[in-house]
Amino acid sequence: MSGSIPPPIGLLAELTHRCPLGCPYCSNPTDLEKRGAELDTATWQRVMREAAALGVLQLHLSGGEPAARPDLEAITATAAEAGLYTNLITSGVLLNGARLRALADAGLAHVQLSLQHAEAAAADRIGNFRGGHARKLALVEGIHAAGLALTINVVLHRGNLDSVEAMIALAERLGAGRLEIAHTQYHGWALRNRAALMPSAAQVAESRATVLAARERLQGRMAIDFVAPDYHASRPKACMGGWGRQFLNVTPSGAVLPCHAAETIPGLSFPRVTEQSLAGIWYGAEAFNRFRGTAWMPEPCRSCDRREVDWGGCRCQALALTGDATQADPACALSPHRAALLAALEAPAEDSLAFRR
Amino acid sequence: MSEAPRLSPHARLRHDAARGQWVLLAPERVLVLDETSHAILALLDGTRDVAAIAAQLAAEYDAPAEEIAADVAAVLDDLRAQGLVRP
Ligand code: SF4
Ligand code: SF4
Repeated sequence: MSGSIPPPIGLLAELTHRCPLGCPYCSNPTDLEKRGAELDTATWQRVMREAAALGVLQLHLSGGEPAARPDLEAITATAAEAGLYTNLITSGVLLNGARLRALADAGLAHVQLSLQHAEAAAADRIGNFRGGHARKLALVEGIHAAGLALTINVVLHRGNLDSVEAMIALAERLGAGRLEIAHTQYHGWALRNRAALMPSAAQVAESRATVLAARERLQGRMAIDFVAPDYHASRPKACMGGWGRQFLNVTPSGAVLPCHAAETIPGLSFPRVTEQSLAGIWYGAEAFNRFRGTAWMPEPCRSCDRREVDWGGCRCQALALTGDATQADPACALSPHRAALLAALEAPAEDSLAFRR
Repeated sequence: MSEAPRLSPHARLRHDAARGQWVLLAPERVLVLDETSHAILALLDGTRDVAAIAAQLAAEYDAPAEEIAADVAAVLDDLRAQGLVRP
């Protein structure tokens, strides 16, 4: 079987679920893994070597906040030595110039720094962490000084759609080579907070127009990637580039997942890196083969000419909206369960947010 | 002598053994290199300028230097526009 399965390109390593911030749009599971369950340094280092040997090219060190682990530098060094292109996805609040320099020396190539809003007070309110925004801005100089590429990442929701233009300007002022503006994906904490985060159709259209205009204007200076919201689409995205096709995700305790929300799907069990090799899991684990390719698809996907374009969309979203992970993602207008998605869109907006903790 | 081009600090050239190809890696990007692009990038060391790179490749491939120089310039311009090569 492994002959027909391509090797993975990307590994998302969730080094820890711990994070000083508490963003209500966080896609971490609502049942966060505890510090005591986290993999140790040597195991993460073995995972990095196994990933490189398996064919992974891009490593994303993520969390939670990956800098909450004091061995981030050691793990980074092993990953870079193994030849992985190493990206750090961070809130920035636990880093400083000295740590950035050590990370760059260890072979880190790229920092993706999250911002919650362009204004400090609003940003700190969304992240539920006072002084966070100022710390992020102060860190940027150190990122440049260490010679690291910088991407600014912004997750959009009803609470910061007033700030899109200002956030683009801020990213430009901070000297980001790349800006990623992504509408919230409703997994984990974001799903719990959906009614308070969901923007209106008009707000979504406005954000898109603003981003597209900026992309044109800033061409050659700052690249802008825009992730449109699933709920306002008529066709789904190829979630993770297709189940078990390009990416794998390792949780803090070492469970290997085809996507970071996969543990919500009942009936699937996910082997740990402490039990099996990464290659053995990628090619052989039942959970990876369950939704690989197209054979598992019911109608309307089975006979649809987009089945190898979007692979039926997101399994976790199908589950969340229909109660059945094998259904077409209701982000598709052809889904017989489209009404479930439209109902969520039309649900009365709520004001109360549950901060992640 | 014109300034010697080199890879941007965040761009990494490496052999992708699992797929038997050379790739140039950058944030959220994997650029698969053809033989010509790889031969050019392998010579970027911050000391050779475009003429020196073209001369070396012309000798290696036994091809006219002017033709090769045009290829080298085109490949480097393209990568420069993507922020992967400096200056
Ligand atoms: S989204 Fe916010 S709370 Fe979640 S890991 Fe990132 S910074 Fe922390
Ligand atoms: S029916 Fe299935 S394969 Fe076709 S567009 Fe919708 S989700 Fe994609």
